[in-house]
Amino acid sequence: MSAIDSLFAKFRSENKKALMPFVTAGDPDLEFTAAVIRELVARGASMCEVGIPYSDPIADGPVIQASYTRALGKKIKLAGILDMLGGVAPQVDTPLVTMVSYAIIYRHGLEKYAAELAQRGVAGMIVPDLPVEESPQLAKICAARDLSLVQLITPTTPPDRALRIAATSSGFIYYVSVAGITGERTQLPPDLVERVSWLRQQTPLPVCIGFGVSQPEHVRLLAPVADGLIVGSAIVRRIAEANSQGRDTTISAVGDYLGTLLAALK
Amino acid sequence: MPTTPHPASPQVPDVAGRFGEFGGRYVPETLVYALDQLVVEYESAQADPQFQVELDDLLKNYVGRPSPLYHAKRLSQVCGGAEIWLKREDLNHTGAHKINNTLGQALLTLRMGKQRVIAETGAGQHGVATATACAHFGLDCVVYMGEEDIRRQAPNVFSMKLLGAEVRPVTSGSRTLRDAINEAMRDWMSSVETTHYILGSVVGPHPFPMIVRDFQAVIGRETIAQCRLRFSGLPDLVVACVGGGSNAAGMFFPFVESTKVPLVGVEAGGRGNQPGDHASPLTYGSPGVLHGSFSYVMQDEDGQTCDVHSMSAGLDYPGVGPEHSYWKDSQRVTYTSCTDSAAMAAFDALASNEGILPALESSHAIAEAMRLAKTMKKSARIVVCLSGRGDKDASELARLKGVKFG
Ligand SMILES: Cc1ncc(COP(=O)(O)O)c(C=O)c1O
Repeated sequence: MSAIDSLFAKFRSENKKALMPFVTAGDPDLEFTAAVIRELVARGASMCEVGIPYSDPIADGPVIQASYTRALGKKIKLAGILDMLGGVAPQVDTPLVTMVSYAIIYRHGLEKYAAELAQRGVAGMIVPDLPVEESPQLAKICAARDLSLVQLITPTTPPDRALRIAATSSGFIYYVSVAGITGERTQLPPDLVERVSWLRQQTPLPVCIGFGVSQPEHVRLLAPVADGLIVGSAIVRRIAEANSQGRDTTISAVGDYLGTLLAALK
Repeated sequence: MPTTPHPASPQVPDVAGRFGEFGGRYVPETLVYALDQLVVEYESAQADPQFQVELDDLLKNYVGRPSPLYHAKRLSQVCGGAEIWLKREDLNHTGAHKINNTLGQALLTLRMGKQRVIAETGAGQHGVATATACAHFGLDCVVYMGEEDIRRQAPNVFSMKLLGAEVRPVTSGSRTLRDAINEAMRDWMSSVETTHYILGSVVGPHPFPMIVRDFQAVIGRETIAQCRLRFSGLPDLVVACVGGGSNAAGMFFPFVESTKVPLVGVEAGGRGNQPGDHASPLTYGSPGVLHGSFSYVMQDEDGQTCDVHSMSAGLDYPGVGPEHSYWKDSQRVTYTSCTDSAAMAAFDALASNEGILPALESSHAIAEAMRLAKTMKKSARIVVCLSGRGDKDASELARLKGVKFG
């Protein structure tokens, strides 16, 4: 059982929903990322998703792309990110999960990447460019170390395929709200609630919704039908915008924003 | 001890899109639906005799195929060795091999009932060929092109607009072909249900490397038939330039089992062999993942794609098609790298000795053929894929040579 499995077992028994912020590692630097993770957890984040900057992220919209470009421009390396995570993981009582391109994992070595996450107390990984057909080898490696390998289902996934993905995912299922790239959206697809409700009846795994989720109204609408919500670009944008105002101000601004979403969860 | 590699087979890729260990499909789940749809449509098109009839008719009467196989006698004489023959893809409608692929994929677009097409382009040749196919069939067309390439291939940008396409400048990263592919993929993420992505080379996720190779294989098939007719045999050497690798794959694929014919792929050597100075992943790179495929790539120790350089926009790409990686590791094809300056010298040689302005991309292949010709017997024959014409490069060449117009 990974830390994520334990979290959702607890949340389901207490009828609680998870809120999971996403931050880009190394934007603007690793020390900041560690501090913002601590703040988000202190404010009530149930889990934290940490984006490993990648040079060619095709699933990402302008906000996250730009954050990756900034981090890589500052020569942020995987080794430094893993060390930062190793430092933060024991300081927070919630699971951390990396969002990481397969290009990076392959280059680092599948075994080695999994071993290093496990060693540093990170709970698992989301690999947005690894479809289910290509995932068996990594899934095995993750399972052997009690790491979750979270798979994604999207509006373009046919039902039979969704069931196949659900059967191989671990930790939770990442339900992508829209056919598209990451980024804040005011409108979410009208059939989203229906789709997620269907999926949740098909699988014992928790289902979390991400892509576009950014407003308290989204939280109020989606929390009842899902196990958790993932908020990415809205956080990354706030970090980028607030940075000129100094670290402490930025960190508490991001914390305040999470607070407004958490309030909508109640 | 080096192990003997498995011989390359033409029976690739497998159902997972693997050429040996290379290829596959490393893309967001959102795109899998469209890729599966494309696989199904392509299979049904292959089983439909009407599809090939329609494509052949277009290739003959619209593109002007077969393209000639031309004996470049004066160039051969100047080199003083083997005979150099040119497969004249530069004489195709739109001036390069790219049209072979875009017409095929445009027909697939219609079969899938999609009305909108997107494409990436580097040199602008694929963009023009896509815009042309879309104008021909009445499809909407958006072409993504890096800002740096918009600058150095300006004539093609204007042509695309004349053909009714929208050209969207890409300002991320190195503002070249790689970034244009990223942006086209991102567009496709949001538009898969109504849009087909006409990828322009043998790169990307399965089934693109297979489909593009198959549509380009007309180059090699014609070459074999023309060689039989002109000199009753096969050539002693075949040379093609490699950006993503589509003209080379189209030329080489029909030769794969003719193991007596050596095949040479020429990558962009840029300013030299230091990282960042060239675009030669097969020569200097390592296996990794880029744009949905596992293949040789220029990457750093973390798997981040490196910036590359070539004066030629069509070769200025850090990755390469997975079948080339397969041919490299199986030793069926030899890959080498040619510098900007050697390619420029070859451009001049072909222009002044034959009256042909080659594309800067193709000039890399000409340079290598000229180099190798000198080492071969006079009776030997080299076929070079002259993948495109150089009109688009005139102003950039003038800039590189420090010449001012007018
Ligand atoms: C004339 C010409 N040759 C070659 C290339 C390189 O592409 P490929 O390696 O796919 O043939 C291009 C690409 O733009 C081109 O325009």
